[in-house]
Amino acid sequence: MSIRVGKAAKAPAFPIAAHKALENNQLRANVRRATTTIRNKRALRVEEMPDWESLRSAGAAIKQHTLAHLDHYLEEFVRNCERAGGKVHWARDADEANSIAINLIRTYTPKDSTAPVEVIKVKTMTSDEIQMNHALEREGIVPIETDLADMIVQLGKDEPSHIVVPALHKNRTEIRDIFRASMAQPELTDQPEDLTAAARKYLRERFLRTKIAVSGANFAIADTGSVCVVESEGNGRMCLTLPEVLITLVGIEKVIPSFGDLEVFLQTLPRSATGERMNPYNSLWTGVTPGDGPQHFHVILLDNGRTKLLEDEMERETLQCIRCAACLNACPVYRETGGHAYGSIYSGPIGAILSPQLQSLEHSRSLPYASTLCGACYEVCPVKINIPEVLIHLRGRVVREDQKTLKGKLGVENIAMQAAATIFRSERRYEASQRLARIGQLAFERKGLLTNLPGMAGGWTATRDLKPIPSHSFRDWWKSRNNTTWSPKSNMSQGGAN
Amino acid sequence: MTAREEILARIQGALHVRASDPANGHGKIERTYTRTTSMNEHETIELFIDRLVDYDTEVIQVASDSEIAGAVAQSMTKAQETALLAPAGFPQEWLPTSIAITLDENLSHVTLDAEKTVITTCEAAVASTGTIFLVHGGTQGRRVITLLPDHHICIVRRSQVYSVLPEALAAVTANATKPITTISGPSATSDIEMVRIRGVHGPRSLTVILVS
Repeated sequence: MSIRVGKAAKAPAFPIAAHKALENNQLRANVRRATTTIRNKRALRVEEMPDWESLRSAGAAIKQHTLAHLDHYLEEFVRNCERAGGKVHWARDADEANSIAINLIRTYTPKDSTAPVEVIKVKTMTSDEIQMNHALEREGIVPIETDLADMIVQLGKDEPSHIVVPALHKNRTEIRDIFRASMAQPELTDQPEDLTAAARKYLRERFLRTKIAVSGANFAIADTGSVCVVESEGNGRMCLTLPEVLITLVGIEKVIPSFGDLEVFLQTLPRSATGERMNPYNSLWTGVTPGDGPQHFHVILLDNGRTKLLEDEMERETLQCIRCAACLNACPVYRETGGHAYGSIYSGPIGAILSPQLQSLEHSRSLPYASTLCGACYEVCPVKINIPEVLIHLRGRVVREDQKTLKGKLGVENIAMQAAATIFRSERRYEASQRLARIGQLAFERKGLLTNLPGMAGGWTATRDLKPIPSHSFRDWWKSRNNTTWSPKSNMSQGGAN
Repeated sequence: MTAREEILARIQGALHVRASDPANGHGKIERTYTRTTSMNEHETIELFIDRLVDYDTEVIQVASDSEIAGAVAQSMTKAQETALLAPAGFPQEWLPTSIAITLDENLSHVTLDAEKTVITTCEAAVASTGTIFLVHGGTQGRRVITLLPDHHICIVRRSQVYSVLPEALAAVTANATKPITTISGPSATSDIEMVRIRGVHGPRSLTVILVS
């Protein structure tokens, strides 16, 4: 098995990467500006929908229903897609999906061709997940990203930092420098209009000459066998229309039961993702249409760890995600660090639950902790994924797994937590520990505050002060209030509404 | 075991507690969101125009079919365009006689790329989002002809405009397996500092001729 989520297996833990990100003021300013803009636009467009909560509930219900019958709907999709002239391939993991794509590209490349084989790509996070570009390049195939932001990331040899706006960490000057270097346009200004026009010109000839395209999918529709791609720039339409061969990579959780279900998601997705009432273009196609668009259409259905999330109902919720990234824009942690700190192409709150789970908690284990659990992500989620609840659940799993290892068992955190559990179980031990702490804290008290605690507690006091345990606790006060012992009965008999 | 069998077996193994029949469960999903509205035609059209203009779309209203050709000429003159591409079999009476017409008889991509302006009809439209549905083929054209030219002129009948998305989607369901494109304004990007730029790869301008 080669389950892979981008470069997550080699990424440093979140706290280490986050520290590095926080030192980059330019990055923080770029991320802050972009997320604030989308957040405000989203709020405006959600506000005008009186039935927003009903749409969220219906979206969640459709996804839950689909996941509970995933085998049924996948098979229905395959039947209808193949009846219309498409061909469906199944991939257990990243390597299998990549080798299917490579074989298809080879099959459709003329044997006598000596020029490097190029493929044009529509923005697909799933292909980043399986590192398809690396796999293609190793085989001498040249992938050309056509989404403006993806192009910026690819030409700048960078990694995506946001699910919807992958280059949001770059400002116009940085983008101009990347374009100047790779497009041979030394005169290019940093005006967004000029940069966009340069991308249009650069890509138009590539759209016209390239014979093979790779896309992702927002929805795979079971009852019609259709695929839907949601986009803004028209690069999607170019890739889905002009080439002779189209290869569409689809995570198995992208299937929805019926064409009619789009009435929910095509309302919630654009408003959540970019704060638009509707994105400029949605493309829907079913298999092959003679005389219109690619005449060879292949779908690769990808598992890559997804089926493992189905078993537990709380973990399964993660697969409801429609990749709108509203949770990233809402997250107080993401808004400070940006996406790269997560070490995974899926960043922010959804990345913090999706990345570790896809990899069976073998990698990205620090991500469930990359959250304040404030709940903003859940509030904006258009399919009601209770991300904070899943985060806590995953923290529990990480701890229980750690406790099984000798290192974890003897770790400071585990010993401290075990001790705390013992103390909190007994009133006598709790009070004794309070007395002990009162004496112990004297060494660290400065002007009535604890400012420099030792060991793990130092992590807290490094950035904020802590009030010391008071000399007289509530329990002490209660006991000394009068010497009668309190009981519910005596309290009630006194009556009164105090 | 093939990949298909293995993935299906993993799914079946994970979903050990099975709910009842999928079709039945799908039918029971609660849909309390707005699926139809009580807006009258006038309100719907006003809203549609408002949304189109909000997306930088040019709107020309005409009272009857006989005025379509004049509206096309008006839009093209304003844009200083002189040649028009139309799907094969497009009604001739809607095309201005003063303008050179090219019909799309399976033209090559390179030929189409040189075209500046294209005209089509549509299948349905949504007022609340300013969206036009093209069900490709016939007078709505192949997908490529509304993609390569820079200016798309689309004829929308008032009777084709629905107030909300679920109504329009229901109207195209019978044609769900044909290629469908929904268009909401000209192509756009906000990838650079969230500044909305009109016109990336798709048409940079969109004109709607709204016919009574």
